[in-house]
Amino acid sequence: MTQIIQNILNGLSSGSVYAIFALGYTLIFSILGIINFAHGAVFTLGAYFTYVLTGAAIGGNGVFAKSHLPIGLPLVVAMLVGAVLAGFVGVVVERLAFRPLRDRNADRLLSLVSSLGVAVVLVNLIQYLVGAENYSYKDKLTGNLPVAIFLGPADNAIPIRTVQIVIFVVSMIILVLLTVLINGTKLGKALRAVAEDATTASLLGINADRFILLTFFLSGFIGGIAGTLVGSSVSIAGPYFGINFGLKGLAVIVLGGLGDIPGAVVGGLVLGLAEAFVPGEYSAYRDAVAFALLFIVLLVRPQGLLGRVQVQKV
Amino acid sequence: MEFFTSNASVIVSMVLAAMLGLSVYFPLMAGQLSLASPGFYALGGYTAAVLSTKVFPHTSKHIDLPFILLEMLIAGVLSGLLALIVGIPALRLRGIYLALATIAFVEIFRVISLNVPLFGGAIGLFGIPQPFDAANPLPYLLIGLPMLALAMVFVYRLERSRTGRAFTAIREDELAADAMGIAPTYYKVLAFTMGGILAGMVGALNAHVLNTWNARQGTFDASIAFLAFVLIGGSRTYLGPVLGGLVLTVLPELLRNLAGIQGEPLWLVQFLKDGRLIIYGVLIVLGTIFFPQGIVTPAIAERFRRKRPAPVVDVPEAAALQ
Repeated sequence: MTQIIQNILNGLSSGSVYAIFALGYTLIFSILGIINFAHGAVFTLGAYFTYVLTGAAIGGNGVFAKSHLPIGLPLVVAMLVGAVLAGFVGVVVERLAFRPLRDRNADRLLSLVSSLGVAVVLVNLIQYLVGAENYSYKDKLTGNLPVAIFLGPADNAIPIRTVQIVIFVVSMIILVLLTVLINGTKLGKALRAVAEDATTASLLGINADRFILLTFFLSGFIGGIAGTLVGSSVSIAGPYFGINFGLKGLAVIVLGGLGDIPGAVVGGLVLGLAEAFVPGEYSAYRDAVAFALLFIVLLVRPQGLLGRVQVQKV
Repeated sequence: MEFFTSNASVIVSMVLAAMLGLSVYFPLMAGQLSLASPGFYALGGYTAAVLSTKVFPHTSKHIDLPFILLEMLIAGVLSGLLALIVGIPALRLRGIYLALATIAFVEIFRVISLNVPLFGGAIGLFGIPQPFDAANPLPYLLIGLPMLALAMVFVYRLERSRTGRAFTAIREDELAADAMGIAPTYYKVLAFTMGGILAGMVGALNAHVLNTWNARQGTFDASIAFLAFVLIGGSRTYLGPVLGGLVLTVLPELLRNLAGIQGEPLWLVQFLKDGRLIIYGVLIVLGTIFFPQGIVTPAIAERFRRKRPAPVVDVPEAAALQ
């Protein structure tokens, strides 16, 4: 019983990060109908921005070896500033990889390749500048809170890492804020209008291009926060650490139905829980769970867990 | 001649890459964007590695050429079977959904191959016997070049056959093709399986070239690389993926060699050495934006063909379909 409760809590914590990470994909898919394969790289950048902004030193490799910023921000501030920077990287990705193809009316699948190209550039740029070392934040996201708290009776208590609770809470705050932004404000209404039909929206006086940029900024911002959250829960495992996350994020959005925001949240939590319940002796297969789910859901319910069946029209 | 011996491994990889590009081109002929090739490529490599080190262990480091050909045949059959098993359910999906499903297939295969004891875990299998002097892989071209030529002739002939016309019809409009009596699922699975067989055979050969094989051979990175061969080279004619594979494989080596020129500023030398993949990524982005049809567009391929005596009768497409 203890084990089950612990698995659920672990699953909810990692699932909530999957959810907000996947929201970055979802936001862009709902507007443009394409997948931004550079999202994993933006997520990685967010984690690195935070690391550098805290004033910590770069390791022995790369162009910036052994240097550090003259200022050192507290981790939470660094996380927010880093996420804003990641948001601007998202805007740059849009301008470099998506807009030129849109202007040329190119095949949508080509943007898959151009965004992959941007991801290759970003990941290798990180490696070129700061090396491939493993970095950990010197401060803890949990501040002065104890490392773990214990639930239940003293003799049979369930230990929970505080950082997982913090991650869950932060993810939920972002989810709520994003939902309010999209469903409760005029800005969100305009965003939804662009997502519904960009041409009609621009005829009605909405600057579609500006809202596309805003979407990429939001997506990058959330991705950056997710990067820092994962980085502070484990560590930043080199420039490639976003790739695996990026691939699992694909499974999350397929689980939820492409472009569906509540779906991405459900998908993230389902994946987190599914991974948490993989028995210890099969832990080597844990990374395959996401892709097995992705494959099965695509075959059985391509519209996602919450989606409605779409009829193919001529 | 010295140029060839000192760059032998690059030249061999270029030829293999051209075939891997073709393996992605097969499903694209029927309009299906599949990223599954690295999965079959990895299976092929494991097949050759297991057969030559475990099933028929060779006492010496040498191995006979016919045995390698037999391994490639077995690898092709196994990859084809796996392609059927994966393809029949997966090819009901379209566009981005199929791409995602094939990414999932490659990742599932990678995780499973890491955990199969026969495949040697994360270290993989090594000491795979070689038919030639290990220091000079150039003789592998004796297998690689005829294989590439055969594959190219096969695609060339295929595109002018009933089957190839059916692929094109499905690519242009699947619903219309279906309405005209072409079974889309049959032809899509056929194209997918052909690509899988080719990728598996290349993997089997490359396991001997590399002398070692592990799960890192079939990853998402490889999916991107193979896809780039096709899209940068040109996805509308079979010459595209071949050229793309050759060019994109030699490019990083050329950049590395550029770093050796005298009188370069130090930062440029360092950038060319360590930042090669950055340049590679930039070229992929620029290539997709400025050459959306790739380097070899159908128009260029057509002009290339016109230089030779023109065919006497141009078979109309409708007649070929009947």
